[in-house]
Amino acid sequence: MTKAVEEINRHTIAVLVDNESGALARVVGLFSGRGYNIESLTVAEVDPREKLSRITIVTSGTAMIIEQIKNQLRRLVPVHKVHDLTTEGPHVSRELALIKVTANGEKRVESLRIADIFRARAIDSTNESFVFEVVGATEKVDAFIKLMEPLGLSDVSRTGVVAIARGPNPI
Amino acid sequence: MAHHDTLNGAEILLKALVDQGVEVIFGYPGGAVLPIYDELFKQNRLRHVLVRHEQAAVHAAEGYARSTGKVGCVLVTSGPGATNAVTGLADALCDSVPLVCLTGQVPTHLIGNDAFQEADITGITRPCTKHNYLVKDVNDLARTVHEAFHVARSGRPGPVLIDLPKDVIQNKGEYQPPSRVKSKYKPQVKGDLKAIEKAVEMIAHAKRPMFYVGGGVINSGPAACQLLTQFVRMTGYPCTLTLMGLGAFPGSDPLFLGMLGMHGTVEANMAMHGCDVMINIGARFDDRVTGKLDGFAPNSKKIHVDIDPSSINKNVAVDIPIVGDCAHILEDMIKVWKAKQYRVDEKALKSWWGKIEEWRGVDCLSFETSGKLIKPQYAIQRIYELTRHRNPYICTEVGQHQMWAAQHLKFDLPHHWLTSGGLGTMGYGMPAAMGVQMAHPDALVIDIAGESSIQMNIQEMATLVQHRLPVKIVILNNQYMGMVRQWQELIHGGRYSESHMTHHPDFVKLAEAFGAVGLRAEKPGEVDGVIKEMMAVDRPVIVEMRTDASENVFPMIMPGMSHNEMVLGPEDKSRDKPGSEQDGMVLV
Repeated sequence: MTKAVEEINRHTIAVLVDNESGALARVVGLFSGRGYNIESLTVAEVDPREKLSRITIVTSGTAMIIEQIKNQLRRLVPVHKVHDLTTEGPHVSRELALIKVTANGEKRVESLRIADIFRARAIDSTNESFVFEVVGATEKVDAFIKLMEPLGLSDVSRTGVVAIARGPNPI
Repeated sequence: MAHHDTLNGAEILLKALVDQGVEVIFGYPGGAVLPIYDELFKQNRLRHVLVRHEQAAVHAAEGYARSTGKVGCVLVTSGPGATNAVTGLADALCDSVPLVCLTGQVPTHLIGNDAFQEADITGITRPCTKHNYLVKDVNDLARTVHEAFHVARSGRPGPVLIDLPKDVIQNKGEYQPPSRVKSKYKPQVKGDLKAIEKAVEMIAHAKRPMFYVGGGVINSGPAACQLLTQFVRMTGYPCTLTLMGLGAFPGSDPLFLGMLGMHGTVEANMAMHGCDVMINIGARFDDRVTGKLDGFAPNSKKIHVDIDPSSINKNVAVDIPIVGDCAHILEDMIKVWKAKQYRVDEKALKSWWGKIEEWRGVDCLSFETSGKLIKPQYAIQRIYELTRHRNPYICTEVGQHQMWAAQHLKFDLPHHWLTSGGLGTMGYGMPAAMGVQMAHPDALVIDIAGESSIQMNIQEMATLVQHRLPVKIVILNNQYMGMVRQWQELIHGGRYSESHMTHHPDFVKLAEAFGAVGLRAEKPGEVDGVIKEMMAVDRPVIVEMRTDASENVFPMIMPGMSHNEMVLGPEDKSRDKPGSEQDGMVLV
């Protein structure tokens, strides 16, 4: 009766919050305190005049849990808008990763070739290393990192997902 | 009037409190808040109650808030003063009590330096307040205070904390009146009319309806309680109340089935289990109410009215959710009912009441009387009978006595029953009673206590005496942490691990040592006498009643069981099938 549909799905949620000290801690604390899962979280100020930041959270759970997450977020005083991009229509999401590959010889050349296929740019180079910048869906970044592994992958830094709805309307 | 930018932070703070309607502050001074206490000293518009422990200050403010419907106000110092208040804040959050708690903080330039009596109290209290603030600039102070009161009292009420660094309350700045402060926090109060219409139609067509009403109606205010009573009586449907909801609907009304839940009545729980339409107004499907979720009202359609959207579909999926304030929604429901000229299904209702009367016939709250030992239920019944003409405010601590009080007392008015429901805070009752008595100096205020709970904040006896608050404390002394002992008896094989206190103070002498009055009853024949004597005294009183130590609270829904699987008493066979602790029903 209560939990008929237990299917767990991944959702991307956009949250508009006051850019004030403690706002991010409230959001993160809510997830840890209530046992929700955060797969990725990004935050930056998006409206300096109104002092608003946008948080993009990728989380997963049953339909009931996802509804709880959104309602709990809306309950926070500095939170102004909560939108579930996954359910509210088509959206685009991107992640940026900086990937360091340390290699010589053929492996070094191979890493450049693969980077080309992924449209990753080399933004730093030494005789024995590259730093690649790759942008795309999470799956694309994952795939790129996997391919770099045998070629001398030594360090990864990822932004986590940012997302926005398709079409003319703001959230 | 001095030029407005010549006020210091402490002056601004007190001015803001006065403008917010604060009359009483419950608090305890310390280094970081000395400038505020200095300003308090110089004025006489705000009264201050000096507690003996900061936890009690918060409970007292809760008592004040819940008995008046206003926002309670607390003032404590930094570090340990603030951390001592945390339990009270968590209690107020669980039970949706509007509070503003002002904490001192080390000066801004020392924050983060592990300074003397420094604690990151906004960090510590983030999950146990509705919201909190750290004020870093004196010019933000007035706005923050006004917004804090707005947040505390709007929507689902709750505690709000304002952390005040010492330099901020010493610096000079500008005051802003409440009229100049606009808050972005605006919870939805009007319910969706389409949903309300659908709900009323469902209510009208119900065959086995049940009102399940919680503290949200009381928080909404007296108008909501009146509208609820009107609506329930218009339909003639049965109504049960949660622990927090007692008083929202008259306890003496024949439509009232008593409290529901783990220690609810047979008629309330069976009617919940068997209903076809459940009308939840301002209750939150708490685990102590629902029992095992799979077995909770399995054949019912559910309507849920709540001001907090996160309460909806949290534990139990509902068919018609309505977000908004109970008073607004009840008003709309009554309007729709009248406009559509709905009539209840008399035939179905008659047969439903027939069932309910059968359950009522079980007389589940009856108990064996004794000529030798004071039965705790008997003590509470006598308190009720002998004090009801004075409409007393009743506070409780937490445990068996709390449940017996909830079962045997009848409340015809809201705001007269104060108990720690959500958090279950032992030591809540006496300080809460202190706050009630401050708000209602001429009222009879009684704290029904257990001997274990009362010792958690016993130091507040001194506060009662100092402030001449004639609170009456009735301790039902059974020598045990009774509820712990009950669970050990029923679930843990009778191994009474650490639930027996072999030493207690002499409560009569203790009362006298504090400068209060101490009374004792050891036999049933002495009960009426001590209650009458206690009422005749215009001073704080401790009445110790030595009660039957073996008595347990029944009915009881064992952990992991459903509403139709109550244990009715010690002889009940259904007790042989204890539930599983894994279904989310554990004592602590």
